[in-house]
Amino acid sequence: MELTRRDALIALGGVGAAGGAGAYAVSRLDRTDEQDAERVIGDLEPVAVVVYPSEVDVTREFLETYVVGRIEDRDGYLDGVVDALDTLDGYTRRLRDEGFADAPPEKRDDLLRYMGVDEAEPEPDGTDAERVRYYVVNELQYAFYTSPVGGKLVGIENPVGYPGGTESYRRGP
Amino acid sequence: MTDHTREPVEDADVCVVGSGPAGALVAYTLASRGYRVVVLEAGKRFDRDDDVRRMEESLRPGDGADEVWDMGGERDAYTSSGDRRYPLNAARVKGVGGSTLHWQGMVMRLHEKDFEMSTRHGVGRDWPISYDDLCPYYARAEDEIGVAGADDNPYAPPRDEPFPLPAFEPSYSDTLFKEACDDVGLTMHSVPNARNSEPYDGRGACVGYGTCQPVCPSGAKYTADVHVRKAEDEGATILDCAQVELLETDSQGDAVEAAVYTTPRDTHRQEADAFVVACGGVETPRLLLLSRSEKHPDGLANSSGMVGRCFTEHLFAGSGGTVDEETRQNHVGFVTSESHALYDGDEPTPLGTKLEFLNYAGPSPSVAAMEADDWGDSLLEDLRDDYGGHVAVGGLVEQVPDENNRVTLDETTTDNLGNPVPDVRWGVGEPTKEAIRATNDVQHDVLDAMDASVGWTVGPEETGPAYHHMCTTRMGHNADESVVDPRTKAHDLGNTYVASSSVFVTAGAMNPTLTIAALALKTADHIDEDI
Repeated sequence: MELTRRDALIALGGVGAAGGAGAYAVSRLDRTDEQDAERVIGDLEPVAVVVYPSEVDVTREFLETYVVGRIEDRDGYLDGVVDALDTLDGYTRRLRDEGFADAPPEKRDDLLRYMGVDEAEPEPDGTDAERVRYYVVNELQYAFYTSPVGGKLVGIENPVGYPGGTESYRRGP
Repeated sequence: MTDHTREPVEDADVCVVGSGPAGALVAYTLASRGYRVVVLEAGKRFDRDDDVRRMEESLRPGDGADEVWDMGGERDAYTSSGDRRYPLNAARVKGVGGSTLHWQGMVMRLHEKDFEMSTRHGVGRDWPISYDDLCPYYARAEDEIGVAGADDNPYAPPRDEPFPLPAFEPSYSDTLFKEACDDVGLTMHSVPNARNSEPYDGRGACVGYGTCQPVCPSGAKYTADVHVRKAEDEGATILDCAQVELLETDSQGDAVEAAVYTTPRDTHRQEADAFVVACGGVETPRLLLLSRSEKHPDGLANSSGMVGRCFTEHLFAGSGGTVDEETRQNHVGFVTSESHALYDGDEPTPLGTKLEFLNYAGPSPSVAAMEADDWGDSLLEDLRDDYGGHVAVGGLVEQVPDENNRVTLDETTTDNLGNPVPDVRWGVGEPTKEAIRATNDVQHDVLDAMDASVGWTVGPEETGPAYHHMCTTRMGHNADESVVDPRTKAHDLGNTYVASSSVFVTAGAMNPTLTIAALALKTADHIDEDI
């Protein structure tokens, strides 16, 4: 199952608001943010591959649309996610001779757990693990599981946080 | 538009303290009749364009769900000294719109028996007004709020008009409960909801975010800032971030002359011909107690000694578990079916009890994913296992007013302005515990009839408040044992009214806001007659 630009727009809660395909492209950001956004998209992908179910194909268009939307909608998001991803990468380099993105997927999973991200409370101003949980893992989970794309995998096409109308609650399985 | 100088309004006819549903409806009604109205609101005016962000904060662990509407801090300090800790700041919102900003939005009328509990059941006191007195105001309140309902409740009190909006259709899980309720002889019916089932009054229909409590990003759920804006359109002035510290009386002490309020910049006196205290069931008695003076040493309007006494709540009783089939939970955040059979059926319980068949039993996968200590395929497997067959039946149980449950001033603790904070002393008595046990028994009967595996029960020991603050300035004929008269004017004062659930005489077990709204509209009519 491939994650699309449309999935990202739905996750942002702004289907149609961007005015058409390609609207949430990195190129619409100012130069400084554009560079940071490119780094974030590149660094999020290897995390998303671990955090999302294996049947999901993480695509650049999904991540780019979501990241650009968040940068524009949420004050502090870009600084927070850049810092958290740098922290994760730095942690990895202290343990291994490579960055987080260069480690194989099963090692990335181990690294996140070894860092304590799995059991960390998500705190935007917390410890290293807490900030990675908040800005990286839970950002990805929020984008996925408050959307139909993630909800349907669980069995709910209108998950909490998604404005999916007032028909689905009346339908049987 | 917010007036940042927050100067008093000259020649005001009416000053309303508080902008929740009571204050907003009084202000709107009187402004639309040509009165010069000013509303003083302790909290701020929230930018409702930020509601999607607020929803995310409420869903994401780590963002502090209790802080969605900025409650907490020195301004909202309180103490809790009773048998049970009372979580006051989770129970209220200070801001334009008041606690409707975070409410669930269930709007039932009290039943006829609720006005006659002493006569019918020997419990509490009778109200000094009847259901018939309030009936036309209930109809007006339903129109103002935009209530979605159906005339299918055989236990509901009589009504002359249809609901302004059609009821939300029953959920899939309601159909499962229906079979079980038929088996145990309970009649199910629809729920009057304060959310649009179709567009109404300039607001859109519900789009199913599923986060009604604490925030509805679509605006389909009614919030009282709707009527604050309408009041402004009719010429009223709203001053937010204006904390009223006391009400000052004239030299004889017979009438209130001014509300003294403090803004982030300064302290002012707002004079008016009439005053309406509409601050809810805790801040209303607190303000009257803070307004003590030489003429009123025990607090304003308190010659009876009843200001703050009989703090009364609704208690939650519930049980839930799982069945061996999918129940389709957590698509919407509101309830579509109830049963008032225990309230007014063949063998009504003395204390009011109503049952709610929940549409949000069990974990929401959205939230569970962010709280889990796992990810990837194993998380998905866990989410699939946890989501699916949950069912739950909740309910509200009436509490008997008890003078020992009360709101007082804690002289040892002060708020941001140096005023004593409210102390909430609250406990749950044996009659209410018995009613909770009886409710649990019926809930278990229903779940057994579904062949459900019962996983949890909230009984008399685990119960908690529904965040409905009532009875702390009760209404009555007799000035020796009540605070306001049947027209909601303070017995002791010539020009001061209370619009709040604090004037309730007994609590019933129906969510209180429609009755708050109806009483507020009635109060506005009386002020119109009096000034």
